[in-house]
Amino acid sequence: MMDGMRVVRDFVDVGALEEIPSLGARCVKTAMGDIAVFRTADDTVYALRNQCPHKAGPLSQGIVHGDAVTCPLHGWVISLQSGKAMGLDTGCTPRFSVKVEHGRVLLSVGVTA
Amino acid sequence: MNMMNSVRKKLVVIGNGMAGMRTVEEILQRTPGMFEITVFGAEPQPNYDRIMLSPLLAGDKSFAQIVLNSLEWYEANNIKLIAGEAVVTIDREAKLVIGEAGTTRPYDLLLLATGSNPFVLPLPGVNRPGVMTFRSVADVEQMLSIAAPGKNAVVIGGGLLGLEAAHGLNLRGMNVSVVHLMPMLMERQLDAASAHLLERKLTSRGMNIYTSANTEAFDGDGENGPVRAVVLKDEQRIEADLVVMAVGIRPNATLAKSAGLATDRGVLVDDAMRTSDPAIFAIGECVEHNKQCYGLVAPIWDMAKVAADHICGVAEPVFSPIASGTRLKVSGIEMFSAGAFMGDKSTEDVVLRDGARGIYKRLVLREDRLVGVVCFGDARDAGWYFELLKNGEPLGELRDTMIFGPVVASDDPDDALAAMADGAEICGCNGVKKSTICKSIAEHGLTSLDDVRARTKASASCGSCTGLVEGLLKLSLGTGYAPAAVKPLCKCTSHGHDEVRRRIKGGALKTIPAVMQALEWTTPNGCGSCRPALNFYLLAAWPGEYVDDAQSRFVNERMHANIQKDGTYSVVPRMWGGTTSAKELRAIADVVEKFDIPAVKVTGGQRIDMLGVKKEDLQAVWKDLNAAGLVSGHAYGKALRTVKTCVGSEWCRFGVQDSTAMGIALEKTTWGSWHPHKVKLAVSGCPRNCAEATIKDFGVVATEAGWDLHVGGNGGIKVRATELLCKVTTEEEVMEYACAFLQLYRMEAHYLERTAPWIERVGLKYVQEKIVENAELRLSLFKDFMHAQKFARTDPWAEQAADQQAGKKFNAMAELV
Ligand SMILES: Cc1cc2nc3c(=O)[nH]c(=O)nc-3n(C[C@H](O)[C@H](O)[C@H](O)COP(=O)(O)OP(=O)(O)OC[C@H]3O[C@@H](n4cnc5c(N)ncnc54)[C@H](O)[C@@H]3O)c2cc1C
Ligand code: SF4
Ligand code: FES
Repeated sequence: MMDGMRVVRDFVDVGALEEIPSLGARCVKTAMGDIAVFRTADDTVYALRNQCPHKAGPLSQGIVHGDAVTCPLHGWVISLQSGKAMGLDTGCTPRFSVKVEHGRVLLSVGVTA
Repeated sequence: MNMMNSVRKKLVVIGNGMAGMRTVEEILQRTPGMFEITVFGAEPQPNYDRIMLSPLLAGDKSFAQIVLNSLEWYEANNIKLIAGEAVVTIDREAKLVIGEAGTTRPYDLLLLATGSNPFVLPLPGVNRPGVMTFRSVADVEQMLSIAAPGKNAVVIGGGLLGLEAAHGLNLRGMNVSVVHLMPMLMERQLDAASAHLLERKLTSRGMNIYTSANTEAFDGDGENGPVRAVVLKDEQRIEADLVVMAVGIRPNATLAKSAGLATDRGVLVDDAMRTSDPAIFAIGECVEHNKQCYGLVAPIWDMAKVAADHICGVAEPVFSPIASGTRLKVSGIEMFSAGAFMGDKSTEDVVLRDGARGIYKRLVLREDRLVGVVCFGDARDAGWYFELLKNGEPLGELRDTMIFGPVVASDDPDDALAAMADGAEICGCNGVKKSTICKSIAEHGLTSLDDVRARTKASASCGSCTGLVEGLLKLSLGTGYAPAAVKPLCKCTSHGHDEVRRRIKGGALKTIPAVMQALEWTTPNGCGSCRPALNFYLLAAWPGEYVDDAQSRFVNERMHANIQKDGTYSVVPRMWGGTTSAKELRAIADVVEKFDIPAVKVTGGQRIDMLGVKKEDLQAVWKDLNAAGLVSGHAYGKALRTVKTCVGSEWCRFGVQDSTAMGIALEKTTWGSWHPHKVKLAVSGCPRNCAEATIKDFGVVATEAGWDLHVGGNGGIKVRATELLCKVTTEEEVMEYACAFLQLYRMEAHYLERTAPWIERVGLKYVQEKIVENAELRLSLFKDFMHAQKFARTDPWAEQAADQQAGKKFNAMAELV
């Protein structure tokens, strides 16, 4: 029944928090494509697939503000918490679990439910 | 006539200062002509506003502006003024006073208003020329006779008076040090945190602050020569050409004492302001009432009323002191304190601290009533607090929100403004009162913020009181006030672009967080619209100082390459004036092959575009291009893009000027400059205009006589031909006008506004006034541009290629494959 589903996900150390600029993002390459890891002003980290729900713009290259990122291609604003497009736009980008422990960024590549 | 005189009672006033003359005015109001009045004044001047000695010292006011009672006033009121002669004896028996020059006057009633004397530290060297106090016009004159830019002044005492003296001398260009005995400045008004804010503020204005510093002596030339240094107990020496002691005041009760009146610290008075001799009243700073002495005018005005009532016999009120407030009269530093701001066991404090904005407020409460207040950094609500304090009503629910001011307490901020006292200061920088603004609005029919700024200077400096001034316009004009609807910069703020730019300059705001704090941004760190705009405005305002914030740049400017729709980048090296060489072309060919770049294209701006470069290859591509001497073309930026040229007189049979050389010179001068939007230049060698200069932001077209300069063209979605700015003759002029134009555009256009819509908005005439008609301004714009360029003409590729750390952003943080 639980086949193929990992309930307890593995977190992988992808680097130090400092490697991500404050109000910026870095990419992590995975077999399922690039994951963008964002760092906000208060050092919260979020991870989203590096693809805008609009036309797949690289969200890691956008401007980070509050808990959102503005896509570099056409300016959609994507919530980092939910992966959803904000305002009048609709669409959603998959989220990933990510956390910071002892200054290290730990990413889980299983999709958050 | 003589008959009349002999019938009138004789009132003699000793002390021609603020307290004495106020009492005389009160008496004249009550019973004009009742007394034959004589005033003795030790100072030679008519009565002036002593409070205004600080602005007099700072050069903000002239003596004529601070006179309270002119000589004509004394004459018109039949008052005999004996100025410049101190009274030395009071003969109570004979009811006579005798002046130092021998002038003798009999009295029926005597009013003592001798004020106080500044405390003089009994230290070695205190009598040296250059060591003085701060109490009178004579003191200010003495200070100004020594003060000069570059000279050293030391102020002893970091209280209100000392800091005002320090501020004035600082404005006179002196190097000012403040020596303060206590560990913190103004310890009587502030606590440690706010005193620290104050110290920081003063230090940033170039003052040196020595706290916990005990003065030992005043050193100088020879035995009695002019002062040269202040020596501290710990043997530190502070150079000094001028020393001002502002360490406190003492009631001046000597004369009263020698006349046998009851004195303690001051002249003792009862609730009617009467001394121990019923024929003698005393008032002002020389008195002691209920063990209390006074050093501010507000309670003195009350004393004057009480004394006048008794002297004229019209009523018998009692003097009961009310709290009074003090403001620090130092422009740009708001500080207000009132009442029992020190607090004690029976009080509790409500405190608000905003370190980033340099704001501190403390409200002292006793049994649910406000009894003391200190505001530092933001004294806008001082008037309101002071009213609450004087009313002494229980605070009730107000307690929870009052620290944020009346704006929160009342639903309508205009209520608070309407309730504010007329004398309340609205603009701290320029010291403009509410009443002054309202009067100007009414008298001159002012209808806009700019009108008010022009007339009264209110909100014209740092601009932090803009909201209040607008509120007053609204109050005065009601619906008649239609503020020019400014479009906010973005939804994080209600301010428009112009206001933001003005405040950045005026408020010396130098970081994005500082701007957001000062202008009350509604979001914690802005959005994708305002951050790039602020980054640019700061960069333009503070060249060489502001540190570019990469995270507030659009991706292209952060990566120094153009992002394409597939997430790859395009790379365009600069080709000066559209010229290139075999070496450069070879390097480009090599790079294209080496990195497997899928497409190469010649651009409309006369250079070569390599399209489809992968993000991780960018650095290596630049490195190779750099090696061949190619630099970034900024084809990705809100920056100077290209200077397109034709071949001109070098090769073309029609050419009348060397347009290529002109274009190269322009590009070499202007490259690397950031702008509100992209900027394109072109130079054509004759009016056939093959370089299409008339659809560029700045187009130059050669003529037989020189050069025509065109501005505001655009070849994009909305084609717009340029307008002729002017004609010039030399290459140097082309350069100066071009740079001045670019500078004006950079400093005044809104972010993302190209020159075409900018000129449509402000009008060509406006641009011509600044660039063509005003040679001085043109030159200074040119100079500003060249100054900024010193920091801008750097190749971002070279910087990025050299910077290992920066390199990281092009690569993945980790690979989990
Ligand atoms: C630089 C400065 C800034 C100040 N700022 C503020 C402020 O912001 N707010 C505030 O509330 N207060 C301020 N004060 C205090 C305020 O000026 C005084 O409280 C006020 O002037 C006191 O009035 P007075 O008449 O008692 O004394 P004074 O104004 O000093 O008048 C006394 C007069 O009596 C004369 N006199 C003395 N002895 C004799 C004699 N024997 N015969 C004849 N004449 C004599 C003196 O020469 C003097 O002219 C400031 C004071 C100074 C010096
Ligand atoms: S603009 Fe004039 S000088 Fe330049 S190429 Fe054309 S015809 Fe020749
Ligand atoms: S791809 Fe993100 S806004 Fe269009």
